[in-house]
Amino acid sequence: MSAPGCTSIDTSLGYSLNSTPNGGVAPPYQNGPEGQTYPSTYPSTGYCGAGPQQQGYPTIPGHCAPAPQKAHITNNDHSAYYHQNSHQQLLQPTAAPTVAPSAYGATQGSHPPSQPYGTTTTLPTSAALPNPQHAPSFQQPASYAQPGAYYGQQQYPTSQAQHHPQQPNLVLAPPSGPGAPLYPIVSYPSVPGSSQYGTLRSSQAPTGPAAVPNLMGAPLHQYPPGNYTSHPASTAAVPLGYRMAPPGQPATVNGQVQASVLQHYDQSHQAPMTHDHCGLGVTHNTGGADGDIPPLGIPSTSVNSSPGHQQGMHYGYVANSGASSSNAAANVAPSSSSSDDDDEEAGGDSSSTTTGSASPVPNSYDSLEGGSYPEFSNPPSADMPKQAPPFGYGYPSMQPAYQQRPVSRTDSSPSHSGYNQTGYQHLPQPFPNMSQLSAALGGLSGVPELEVEALRPVNLLQERNLLPHRPLDAPEPNLSADLKKANCSPDTFRCTLNNIPQTQALLNKARLPLGLLLHPFRDLAQLPVITSNTIVRCRSCRTYINPFVSFLDQKRWKCNLCYRVNDVPDEFMYNPVTRSYGEPQKRPEVQNSTVEFIASSDYMLRPPQPAVYLFLLDVSHNAVEGGYLNVFCHTLLENLDKMPGDTRTRVGFITFNSTIHFYNLHESLSQPQMLVVSDIDDIFIPTHDSLLVNLKESRALVRVLLTSLHSMFSQTRETHNALGPALQAAYKLMSPTGGRVSVFQTQLPTLGAGLLQSREDPNQRSSAKGVKHLGPATDFYKKLALDCSGQQIGVDLFLLSSQYSDLASLACVSKYSAGSIFYYPSLHHVHNPAQLDKFQKDLERYLTRKIGFEAVMRIRCTKGLSIHTFHGNFFVRSTDLLSLANVNPDSGFAMQMSIEESLADTSLACFQAALLYTSSKGKRRIRVHTLCLPVVSQLSDVYAGADVQAITCLLANMAIDRSISSSLADARDALVNAVVDSLSAYKNTVSNIQQSGLIAPAALCLFPLYVLALLKQKALRIGTSTKLDERVFAMCEFKSQPLQQIMRMVHPDLYRLDTMSDQGALHLNDCIVPQPHLLHLTAEKLTREGAFLMDCGSVFYLWIGKCCNDMFIREVLGCPNHASIPPNMTQIPELETPLSERLRALLAWLQDSRTFSSTLHVVKDDASAKTSFFQHLVEDRSESALSYYEFLLHIQQQMSK
Amino acid sequence: MVSTQIDRDRVGRGRSWIFSDRCIYHQTQIIAFDELCTDFKNPIDQSNPTRARERILNIERICNLLRKLVVPEYSIHGLFCLMFMCAGEWVTLGLNIPLLFYHLWRFFHRPADGSEVMYDPVSVMNADILNYCQKESWCKLGFYLLSFFYYLYSMVYALTMFCSPQIFGWRDEHRRTL
Repeated sequence: MSAPGCTSIDTSLGYSLNSTPNGGVAPPYQNGPEGQTYPSTYPSTGYCGAGPQQQGYPTIPGHCAPAPQKAHITNNDHSAYYHQNSHQQLLQPTAAPTVAPSAYGATQGSHPPSQPYGTTTTLPTSAALPNPQHAPSFQQPASYAQPGAYYGQQQYPTSQAQHHPQQPNLVLAPPSGPGAPLYPIVSYPSVPGSSQYGTLRSSQAPTGPAAVPNLMGAPLHQYPPGNYTSHPASTAAVPLGYRMAPPGQPATVNGQVQASVLQHYDQSHQAPMTHDHCGLGVTHNTGGADGDIPPLGIPSTSVNSSPGHQQGMHYGYVANSGASSSNAAANVAPSSSSSDDDDEEAGGDSSSTTTGSASPVPNSYDSLEGGSYPEFSNPPSADMPKQAPPFGYGYPSMQPAYQQRPVSRTDSSPSHSGYNQTGYQHLPQPFPNMSQLSAALGGLSGVPELEVEALRPVNLLQERNLLPHRPLDAPEPNLSADLKKANCSPDTFRCTLNNIPQTQALLNKARLPLGLLLHPFRDLAQLPVITSNTIVRCRSCRTYINPFVSFLDQKRWKCNLCYRVNDVPDEFMYNPVTRSYGEPQKRPEVQNSTVEFIASSDYMLRPPQPAVYLFLLDVSHNAVEGGYLNVFCHTLLENLDKMPGDTRTRVGFITFNSTIHFYNLHESLSQPQMLVVSDIDDIFIPTHDSLLVNLKESRALVRVLLTSLHSMFSQTRETHNALGPALQAAYKLMSPTGGRVSVFQTQLPTLGAGLLQSREDPNQRSSAKGVKHLGPATDFYKKLALDCSGQQIGVDLFLLSSQYSDLASLACVSKYSAGSIFYYPSLHHVHNPAQLDKFQKDLERYLTRKIGFEAVMRIRCTKGLSIHTFHGNFFVRSTDLLSLANVNPDSGFAMQMSIEESLADTSLACFQAALLYTSSKGKRRIRVHTLCLPVVSQLSDVYAGADVQAITCLLANMAIDRSISSSLADARDALVNAVVDSLSAYKNTVSNIQQSGLIAPAALCLFPLYVLALLKQKALRIGTSTKLDERVFAMCEFKSQPLQQIMRMVHPDLYRLDTMSDQGALHLNDCIVPQPHLLHLTAEKLTREGAFLMDCGSVFYLWIGKCCNDMFIREVLGCPNHASIPPNMTQIPELETPLSERLRALLAWLQDSRTFSSTLHVVKDDASAKTSFFQHLVEDRSESALSYYEFLLHIQQQMSK
Repeated sequence: MVSTQIDRDRVGRGRSWIFSDRCIYHQTQIIAFDELCTDFKNPIDQSNPTRARERILNIERICNLLRKLVVPEYSIHGLFCLMFMCAGEWVTLGLNIPLLFYHLWRFFHRPADGSEVMYDPVSVMNADILNYCQKESWCKLGFYLLSFFYYLYSMVYALTMFCSPQIFGWRDEHRRTL
């Protein structure tokens, strides 16, 4: 092992370099604005090594210049690391491109109105329409094939416009930054401690890797000694903060970081750090600030990058991928060769992929796609916390270089991770058996103390303050530094057990659920995008090559899932990043665990579909009176140009009440033409042309329609609603192409197919007998969803009803067609403006977010593991294949796994999720995430690796399934039993302490609390009056939200505001973001003198105590005293007082970590609204539920039975 | 005596036929499940969107087929249990009672959504459900096969027992006449 380990280290170094730079870089992008300020600093810092290199790179357009540096890194032996078993999964892209057209044509057939959905008959006219569209796309495939372009990394600048400016600066830094990647490599091996801190999550690293190769050679070695410069990027974030902050407040940067540690850090690194930090810090800060900035227009930003930047980019890409991201546009120019392919997509932006040159183009994917504003903002924040721990721990003594490394890691990870992560976590993180695994993996630097910490027995009945000061971080698996760095970000891919038990028997002993939580399409700050003729995959299990495969020699690699030995294709021997030959290990695919491939024509049978959006609007009296139509039209008008798409984008509108109205928007018309179909029993499409029109050509008509729509129906008296027939019409209209249908519904459907009756009995709401009608009343919507799924139509449902609308039935239409569900109870423009405001903001995000069409996702695991149940919105097409008609960046998935064969002969288990989709630019892309976890044979290690948040989310999903298939009471019992079983199993097997209390390992000490919180959620609670629709909606959210969002809902974060200080505050850009400590969710923590902020994910509550300091009220709310605070305050006035600024900075920073905007409610102590606040205090006793302490006693009692 | 034997004879013979049919049912079930789960081994890349349609149709078709078989199977089995009871075949009935209860349980614990009995196309492809269904089918196939031979044996036994008294009777009669 040792030998391989060493070699691996080298390689890893290479990785790390890349990764770190990326990581570091990423934040800068986000922070764009800040970056500007910093730039000046960079020059002064002058990274020796980096500077020269960069220059060289820029000049090199594409392939021409192989980087000399590569030579350093020769890592032949990756193979040693892992052995993986393979699964059998055969994805063979057998379909010939030529076939596609014909197939497509066949499918295109339009349906005569009378026909049932299923049948398709091709009408000449209809056929004609689709064909033209597709034809162009079809041709594209050929372009993919271009030999010249291997791949390009694209980084997605999450924050678009703003970021760009910074990027240039960053770019400069990054080049020097390349050194950053270096850190990891160099430092880790030597420093044991580092691994722990390590950004194991470094899934981000992946992007870096591509860049790395170039850098690797030179920068790594150079920097390690003491050059911070290289590190800066990664470390930068921290340093910035640091710098920003007065010397005395080292902690401020990280917030979480301990002051002492920081100081230490500072001292050693001060000068160099500053530069780096600037970059990072900026990024972080900006991220927070900018999070909001989701402009689709990004492309323009990319364009902005100056030539100089471009150079930097190229270089940077290599060195610092992060830098590249911003510069994506710049890359394009150099990469002329490849650009063809991307043209459609991103215009300039996308170009990155094409160029054969390895230039790691920063993806402006988002910008390209036009949709997303990633959560980048979050990442920065996340970074901060992570960084802190490293400092705290052991690095202080170490040389600056080392320290920096950790920082860099943190940086990289942060970008991925939500800000949730706290330094706190680091302590408890499980690093279980260092011995075997680490040894085997080579280069492990485990810190036994951490392992011990994760297993430290905690007497829950005695220790009352279990919450960390900062939001919980994901525990890191106990892997070698290299693997950690290459591993997927925990925000994207997370396992409930970070140490996979060897056998099912061991898993059963632990009594913990084994499963994965996946957020596959989330907005990423940077993502390596690879264009290659051949996508290298295992020949038997079809696994994509990933960082965890082993290279037996230059010509062969061994699959980590099935162990098959495969040949390395010739093309793969060439590394576009370094422009060198014979180093397959340096390819970006092998450096990054999250990559995206531009698929070749093998992956499509028909040309990629264009972006098609159909809006299905309820215009019954009820709907118009509520006022949503106006908001919808305005929002859509504003965002018409920001919707992701290209020149082929098509839109259409259908409105319905008791009849169905179609709109002919053909460009030759001067006015939109309304076609009414009143035969709702036998719905047909009145005309096949021009109901779905090209947005570009008919934009004027669409605008006219949107401006007049509201007035057209303002006098309607029609109260009936024929949703079912309208959906059928939409299905018929969309089936030739597929696309997205957005349904806006405001009441129970009362006419035609799919009509529903009210099933809710308000008197039974709070009955303890169990809740009925959680399942659908009819299978009409499910069948329709299956039909839609088959035609690649995703249906998103907006339910804007104030009365019972049987969401349980309606939701099926979205659940099985991979749509999303939104619910705005009691939306009304007069009575409930706050809700309308939220609807508008959500709609804006919804319209502009990234989207993928006709997607499938396959999850592969190491042989021996198998996935047996999926949770989320999709159709399960095969045991490991999910069919997603649409995929959006805000949906998460969960899966349960079982261990079918012993994993004794392997030390690592890997999971790979591959998402194949068509981008809104008509590109077929494959996004691949790979997660690697150690396998353990000891029960204690299994407990040490437990990820309590992931477990909670998985349990929530299972409980919801149970409550639908069985009963709510059953589901609640099962949840309680899950706690009882796992804790008693721990007590009986692992802990040898004979104590009378309730003992839990530190890793699981929050488990009972979270489960109690789950039991008090709307979805699962009993005894309190909960509207059926709200309950069903909460269930839908649990099933389809990503982990962080779920955790915020389950266990909100509570902060005290009036006493918050700048201690440990984050310094972002020019504002200071205070980091108040988390408080337990109990009224005991509230005081009448205080003001508290509760972050529930989609809602913020600002609770003002009765005796709250008048000064606070005046400075923050602008009211003279408590009595004068208006009752329904939903905004904080922008006052120039420091307190107000801090608070708004905090809110903005919290907001940045989520994609949908949250509303704020100011709750006065005496207001009636406070029930909604107090229901979130889950540790307190409520009328029908136990308090936390009672719950613990209950568990103890159960355990002793 | 004779009448019950005849009963058993009839029932046994009928059952053996029915059960051979039942075996065929379950073979089709198993084949259907096999079809369901082997799809992913199809070398053609499923990722192609055009395959989605046919695949979903396929799953729906299989589920519909399976669903159509459920009620007939359960009702036939229930009917025979009833006949066994009438005929006083307590041993045979005892063998079938567990399955009867299982069927009842399965029928009343189906997903509570409208018209669908079982085999919901949206969830059937989850590996645990699919495995469960497959195992169930194999077990039932085994059970019905064994039952088939048992009934065959009973039938033959009943026939011999039915015939022999007649023979003896005839002989007695013959003797008497003689």
